[in-house]
Amino acid sequence: MTDTLLRVQGLKTYFGSGASTVRAVDDISFDIRQGETFALLGESGCGKSMTSLSIMRLVPQPAGRIEGGSVLLRGQDLLALPEVAMRKVRGGRIAMIFQEPMTSLNPVMTIGNQIRESLTLHKDLQGAAADRRVVELLDAVGIPDPQRRMQEYPHQLSGGMKQRVMIAMALAGEPELLIADEPTTALDVTIQAQVLDLLKKLQQDSGMSVLLITHDLGVVSGMADRVAVMYAGQIVEQASRDEFFKEPKHPYSRKLFESLPDMNKREQQLAVMRGSVPSLAQEFSGCRFEPRCDFAWSRCAEQVPAWVEVKDHGARCHLLAGDAPLTSNTPKPAEAELADLRPRRQVDEALTVNDLAVHFPIHRGLFKRVVGHVKAVDGVSLVIPPGKTVALVGESGCGKTTVAKGVLQLIRPSAGAVQFGALDLMQLKGETLRQHRRDMQIIFQDPFSSMNPRMLVRSIIEEGMVAQDLGGSAQERERRVDELLRQVGLSPESKYRYPHEFSGGQRQRICIARALAVDPKLIICDEPTSALDVSVQAQILNLLKKLQERLGISYLFITHNISVVEYLAHEVAVMYLGRIVEQGEVRQVLNDPKHPYTRALLSAVPSIDEKSGREVVYLQGELPSPSNPPQGCHFHPRCAQAQDKCRGTYPEFVNLSDKQKVRCFLY
Amino acid sequence: MTVNGFLSHNRTVLYTAMALLAVALCLLLIMLVAGLKPVYLWTDLLIYLLLVIAMLFAAYASQHEHLRSPWLRVRHSRLGMMSVVILLAYVAIGLLDSVHFRPPAAHQERSTATTYTGEVLTILDVLLQPISSRVERTYSAPFATHAYTKETIERPDGTQVRDFPRLEFGGAHLGTQGEGAARDIAVNVVIAVLAALVIWAVHAYVIVLVLAGKHKTMVRDQVRAVAGGRTELPWREIMLTVFLVILAVTLTVQLGAKYHIFGTDKVGQDVYFQALKSIRTGLVIGTLTTLIMLPFAVLFGIMAGYFRGWIDDVIQYVYTTLNSIPGILLIAAAVLLLQVYMERNADAFNTTLERNDLKLLFLCMILGITSWTGLCRMLRGESLKLREMDYITAATAMGVRHMVIITRHILPNVMHIVLIAIVLDFSGLVLAEAVLSYVGIGVDPAMNSWGNMINQARFEMARDPMVWWSLLAAFIFMFILVLAANLFSDAVRDAFDPRLRARS
Repeated sequence: MTDTLLRVQGLKTYFGSGASTVRAVDDISFDIRQGETFALLGESGCGKSMTSLSIMRLVPQPAGRIEGGSVLLRGQDLLALPEVAMRKVRGGRIAMIFQEPMTSLNPVMTIGNQIRESLTLHKDLQGAAADRRVVELLDAVGIPDPQRRMQEYPHQLSGGMKQRVMIAMALAGEPELLIADEPTTALDVTIQAQVLDLLKKLQQDSGMSVLLITHDLGVVSGMADRVAVMYAGQIVEQASRDEFFKEPKHPYSRKLFESLPDMNKREQQLAVMRGSVPSLAQEFSGCRFEPRCDFAWSRCAEQVPAWVEVKDHGARCHLLAGDAPLTSNTPKPAEAELADLRPRRQVDEALTVNDLAVHFPIHRGLFKRVVGHVKAVDGVSLVIPPGKTVALVGESGCGKTTVAKGVLQLIRPSAGAVQFGALDLMQLKGETLRQHRRDMQIIFQDPFSSMNPRMLVRSIIEEGMVAQDLGGSAQERERRVDELLRQVGLSPESKYRYPHEFSGGQRQRICIARALAVDPKLIICDEPTSALDVSVQAQILNLLKKLQERLGISYLFITHNISVVEYLAHEVAVMYLGRIVEQGEVRQVLNDPKHPYTRALLSAVPSIDEKSGREVVYLQGELPSPSNPPQGCHFHPRCAQAQDKCRGTYPEFVNLSDKQKVRCFLY
Repeated sequence: MTVNGFLSHNRTVLYTAMALLAVALCLLLIMLVAGLKPVYLWTDLLIYLLLVIAMLFAAYASQHEHLRSPWLRVRHSRLGMMSVVILLAYVAIGLLDSVHFRPPAAHQERSTATTYTGEVLTILDVLLQPISSRVERTYSAPFATHAYTKETIERPDGTQVRDFPRLEFGGAHLGTQGEGAARDIAVNVVIAVLAALVIWAVHAYVIVLVLAGKHKTMVRDQVRAVAGGRTELPWREIMLTVFLVILAVTLTVQLGAKYHIFGTDKVGQDVYFQALKSIRTGLVIGTLTTLIMLPFAVLFGIMAGYFRGWIDDVIQYVYTTLNSIPGILLIAAAVLLLQVYMERNADAFNTTLERNDLKLLFLCMILGITSWTGLCRMLRGESLKLREMDYITAATAMGVRHMVIITRHILPNVMHIVLIAIVLDFSGLVLAEAVLSYVGIGVDPAMNSWGNMINQARFEMARDPMVWWSLLAAFIFMFILVLAANLFSDAVRDAFDPRLRARS
């Protein structure tokens, strides 16, 4: 093909040597055509980032090495180039943007200088000419007032702005190929929508190709022309976007779709994949997905599947060979052993939060005078009925987590009331508060920092029981630990291991077991699945749902992932800048959002369903600072429907129906 | 990690502890049989305490993966293991020098009760008796047979000449004029090297046999593996260092009794002996100081970081204030204070040794008080970071008490910093002692210490002809110790540094 820009053939990148060689990228081939967006889709650890680093020849040395294959950029083999020539290619012909905009920019250089660096290097621009180009670039990536912004330092910019600067830097060399490694994963959905839109526009203007690396099917659906799915170091399926979303061929791709939570799956369990991704430190004699595949048959374990391609839609699977029994011959994997799950305590209390406010004082000057307050949470009211799930949705920085900590009295709220049953938690102190802590537990987002790395799983789970003096003698406690581990789907033997020996999903299960150990009546889940892969997320969501059905625990579910809310929550509250702007029954709010912010938020979520017909409402700007919120309605500077009234006073709640309330002057 | 792994490690620790206990009991028994009266100095007791703590910590560490695996990594560092051998040699000398007793006075017919001499000896003193007892009249150069300065000598025939007088002990076995000294020294060195080779060969053979038994390989293959440096632990380097240590011992035995290896000082005492005796002082300062300051640093640092608020303010205030007083000033004031106290209560001390010992301990304390701030600050910062970790929040949400959170969640997670600080501080403290003694506010001038030796050398270097060997001896001994300690601390830090670990 003449319009092929990049051709990767048989690329292999290995780490280490001898028996412990990790085959991070194992024989990968794909083409990227001129002007197209090629998406590399895969879960964490499947080798997609390593593929992009190999193309750039940036594999960490000396641990890793490119073992074989070729990377042809317009017919020129990059792997054979001397390092001097390669430096011209990097940034000049292939540019890269990374996931974490916070750490990708040098904090002691102005952004103008950082962009200029690339201009000097690749375009040989100096002085005023370079400055002009910097302004052009910043303008192109949609940064307002570029003259002033180019003098600023990275810390003066928000996350979305930084990612825009990163893109501007990448564009400075006018590359033919842009590698975007999870460019929006660290950003909020509304910002993500802005950045993705920007990428699309830039691509149309310049005609460059984009290699988009992501784990998000929604992003792929919105951006890609062609898709390759990676699993355990190999590409298992490759097709055009339309083909792929219409009919995924590989069982792994299908499973990915099935495990996505949404509204229609509410009444059922999500499909899960058994087990976990195999270690890459081995030579595979069969299909890599065979141990987790529902359709596996005898040949799968014995023979490495070949690449089967029909009309540009290829997959690496024995099922496509033609002579395969196309039936699911493996029994459905048994869910975690939950049969013996009985409520140990009846849950009949509702959590009532009334006008909760958490204000952090801002100290200034020599005597630390209080000059203002960061109103992280400013008058939030919620009711969580027993056995129900209320989801709290909003962008990062809107105060969701602070609500959680305020409810748990981990941060003492400044005002309001938190009542659990008849008990006012705000009035409790010292020992009484300590004893009542067992009623409410919390599960965190990051499964890596939520457990003490120096403790055995057993002591981690036991800790709450010991502190609350539950569970009787040491033997009884140990039996309870075994039981809890079984309930969350882990073997009792895991109690003698350390947290680092477990994968992210398993750790999250241990955290759930730890929370369950004190028989709580309410669990606050603070983004429990946002650090996990889709397939693992499905497992955790299933578990949480099951636990609620059997034990009658209430959940306060904090998330920014709308599809999880659709699947799990009964009611939803949307937060913006410390206040709830809309709340109600989940179907009503998500199907018929009233508040302009809710609408924008929902429309910004990338959807795999092309035909959903939702028109994307792009929000301008970013979340204002809670220390200095805008006058009147907090949302009015970004709202397309703002009126004069909105600038004056904050709207009160309007009851739209008996369940749905919204704080907006439009109603 | 398997259960077997647990046991085997525990067993090693247990055996070592039992062996130590047995040695201690034997020593006590020997003393009783020999009619020696044990003397327990304060620093001795603290050294024993430190030894016990080290044993307990080793036992604890062997059961906890997060402590065990870094130490296992230390074992694989070549330089680290070489310096461990050197450090162990120093520690052995220091420990031998920490068992004090008083020998019985010369037997008196009439009295039935045993009386003891006022002189307090250590095992090291007894072992080095041939060296320490041979006191010349004044300066003599290393390996000299004659004094360093001319004196007026009266000949047997009554005439007087000015010449270098013959030393009483240095090369005494040679002729009256000390002829053939060079040849004699060369012969003795050869003998020492040969002896060292023999001893080392036996020792190396035993190790290789044990290794071969453990890995079930042929002895010849094992020898090749060790020589080629292909063993799991760096045995080749360890053995090389052990050979050097053995050589040092045989040289001391062969030459030390016949010559003054590092010459003699102003009052004719053997400088080599002084340097050896100084080892204990250096070790005591380097270790006891840390032992004294550790509880303050750890407790205050973690409390400040964990509780924040007014507790943090108070602790920060204390250590910033303490830090802004010049250390030397504080030390000088404290030492002066003690001196005045001792002079007022002179009868409270039986021997000068006890006085000097208390002074040494006091110096450790005051050094500890001035040096805990650095570690405290570091631990405060780390605790500030840790208290925001989700698992601390989770523990609070479960109603775990503050003290439990501190001991169970925070302390184990800052332990690596404490360990690194201990090892890093050690060499700094040894050097600090030298500087303080040089300034004149260190240990008692009568006590053997490298600092005192250097202080003396100040005058010796100024005179003509220059006397350089005191300085050289102190320098060599201190240099080897500090170098080994620094290399060891590098190895420890590398092993505990999570960033380095991630790369390997």
